Amino acid sequence: MSVDLGLSPDQESIAELFDGFFNNEAPPAVARAAEPLGFDRDLWNKVIELGAPGMGSAPENGGGGASLGDLVVVAETVGRSIAPVPLVDHLAALSLLTDGDLVAGEAIAAVAVRPADANGVWSLVPAGAVADVVIGIDGHETVVVRSTPPMSGPRNHGSMPLADRSAREGTRTVLGPASLFDTVLDRWKLLTAAALVGIADAAKELGVNYVKEREQFGVPVGSFQAVQHGLADLPVAIDGGRLLTHKAAWALDNVTDGLIDWANNDITDGPALATMSLLFAADAAVMATDRSLHYHGGYGFAEEYDIQMYYRRARGWSLILDDPTTVSLSLADRLFGSVEG
Amino acid sequence: MDFSLSPEVVEFRDEIRRIVREFVTPEIADRMHTTGVFDAPELNLELGRRGILERACPGLGKGDPIEMYVMFNELEKAGAPYDGLAVALMIAAVVNKLGTDEQKERIIPSIISGEALVCMGYSEADFGSDVASIKTRAVKDGDEWVINGSKMWTTLAQVAEWLILLTRTDLDLPKHKGLTMFILPMNTPGITVEPVHTLGTEITNATWYDDVRVGDEAVLGGENNGWRTMTTVLAFERGVMGGTNAGVPLLRHFHEWAVANGVFNEPTTRERMARSVIDMQVATLLTMRSAWIASSGGMPGLEGSMTKVFAVEAYQRASRWTQATAGPAGLLQFHEEGAAGEGFVEYDARHSPVMSIYGGTTEINRNNIAERHLGLPKSR
Ligand SMILES: Cc1cc2nc3c(=O)[nH]c(=O)nc-3n(C[C@H](O)[C@H](O)[C@H](O)COP(=O)(O)OP(=O)(O)OC[C@H]3O[C@@H](n4cnc5c(N)ncnc54)[C@H](O)[C@@H]3O)c2cc1C
Repeated sequence: MSVDLGLSPDQESIAELFDGFFNNEAPPAVARAAEPLGFDRDLWNKVIELGAPGMGSAPENGGGGASLGDLVVVAETVGRSIAPVPLVDHLAALSLLTDGDLVAGEAIAAVAVRPADANGVWSLVPAGAVADVVIGIDGHETVVVRSTPPMSGPRNHGSMPLADRSAREGTRTVLGPASLFDTVLDRWKLLTAAALVGIADAAKELGVNYVKEREQFGVPVGSFQAVQHGLADLPVAIDGGRLLTHKAAWALDNVTDGLIDWANNDITDGPALATMSLLFAADAAVMATDRSLHYHGGYGFAEEYDIQMYYRRARGWSLILDDPTTVSLSLADRLFGSVEG
Repeated sequence: MDFSLSPEVVEFRDEIRRIVREFVTPEIADRMHTTGVFDAPELNLELGRRGILERACPGLGKGDPIEMYVMFNELEKAGAPYDGLAVALMIAAVVNKLGTDEQKERIIPSIISGEALVCMGYSEADFGSDVASIKTRAVKDGDEWVINGSKMWTTLAQVAEWLILLTRTDLDLPKHKGLTMFILPMNTPGITVEPVHTLGTEITNATWYDDVRVGDEAVLGGENNGWRTMTTVLAFERGVMGGTNAGVPLLRHFHEWAVANGVFNEPTTRERMARSVIDMQVATLLTMRSAWIASSGGMPGLEGSMTKVFAVEAYQRASRWTQATAGPAGLLQFHEEGAAGEGFVEYDARHSPVMSIYGGTTEINRNNIAERHLGLPKSR
């Protein structure tokens, strides 16, 4: 019990293992080849071999018992590689699901991040196009539906496997009241935030490497101060986002009845920190991809260059929950109390 | 990953909170704005008396930079006038690290008791960002050094007992190599202090040095070693010693006003407020990281630059939107009826610009990050 902002030796190994895995198995060409659906079954099978889908599940259910602190490290590597596998969604969904085929990864789970509409439809579920099981809110209840995935969905900005899914057709199980879903959504926000930090980090690397190589006026464009200063903001936002997601993971893992004393800048409430992480990491990823693309000049706009894939996913992953204003207002209710109350 | 303070540090923090509640009265906050001196001697003495300054000072007492971070963070969040203390403690830490035994014995006790303040003379009228080019000269004359020149922005010189002074001692060496840092009493004959009034009510100074004579006992960190002393100071200054959570008291003042005036239910206000709370949290985490690096034996110079760039702009953003949201009430100053946040909204709009200037401007910090963190070529 004392401040230690580093990764544990185990987490260092996890980061190394997953970065290495995605570097080898999922270079950007793999994400490119998986477009527009945004899913690569072969890659998912390799993720299964790694034991990743059940990492966060309890050992008595056949899982790896990893903490959220470990899972944010994994999620960041997913973002860094933009690997076309729904690992973030799956890990989040499994906070309430224990079925053996899900823990093993033979079946894929998705999180319906917005409640079902009056007709029982969950619209634009991330990973909904490929998931065998979807968990979400329908009316006043948290429900799980097992049904056949469509394996296709609307073409979208982030090349994400989105699809509308029914909350009523298929094998439907009621897990409990809608409030039960909070832990799933908190986890989804947190892991998505970590993935966005990874996107920002990769975009920074692409930009920095490009400006060191590219020459104009006889010198690397990275020697121009205007370019340098635009890039210098990125590691700041990335480190800030990473610290915030780590703090949120630590709070969700360790703190019950956390503090929300914003007036003293003392916040240890896990759910608030998870939403804060998502908002902050989304901004970081959008800024990093914006600037990195811009400093590629015209090539940044060319389909052939990888930065455009990161640019689109930064927006896709950060907007799929809802518009940031709505998310901020829900955070405001948690921080300051709701307007009525 | 552990973001919890140890029980010992929590106890330390709670003691500081108790002292702050007792000593940081509205009168004290008011006094800093009428005198232009951002310091509270009674608070310093109490913190000194209880051994808190010694404990918080890097390298002394417990010497854990996490505790130094905790102390300054608490003072800053409470809106206490702590600038004087921050400089003094930072210099105590530098004397402890680089000074001779004689200097440590002579200087440090006066600081950690809360009695003596220190002012810093690096910048000159013609050299700020390019501080390694300063011209103030120190020339050896027998056993003595004779100092001539002038400094600009010598904040706290009107109240400090000690001065650290960056001088040029060798004209033939490259600019970073021919510098020497001195530490001397402010009452040494030959020093003149003239006030410089600022937008943020703080009164800083121009200082002149005419045949100021000191012995070798005043050399801090070795002859022609002044740049190393300077970078040690800056590593302590940037990011750990406060200056990274100035938006917290502002948000508190603004919130009180906004609730009382029915503005706080506006979605735009709530969204901006939530965003600023995120910013403040990130700023404090970056600060904590610098402190944590320092407490694990590292020198958080680069991380300090990163913290400062972020924290300062977060504060400036908060200041901009709170003043704009308050409208005309955001223009009214302390003690004027109807002033938003009792005048703090207006005050912070005047104070926030300086934060991206002193202690190394935002541009200098970005240069640092670009070159040392991103590995980009020297800028053109
Ligand atoms: C209220 C206040 C208190 C202060 N207190 C102290 C003190 O106690 N002791 C002390 O020694 N100093 C103090 N300072 C001085 C402070 O450190 C300097 O003002 C600061 O370092 C900037 O130097 P300058 O003012 O000469 O600006 P300049 O260096 O002239 O800079 C002008 C502008 O040019 C930009 N610029 C300069 N160089 C570069 C570059 N290489 N790349 C890109 N942009 C660049 C700067 O960012 C800035 O925007 C204080 C200043 C203020 C305002």
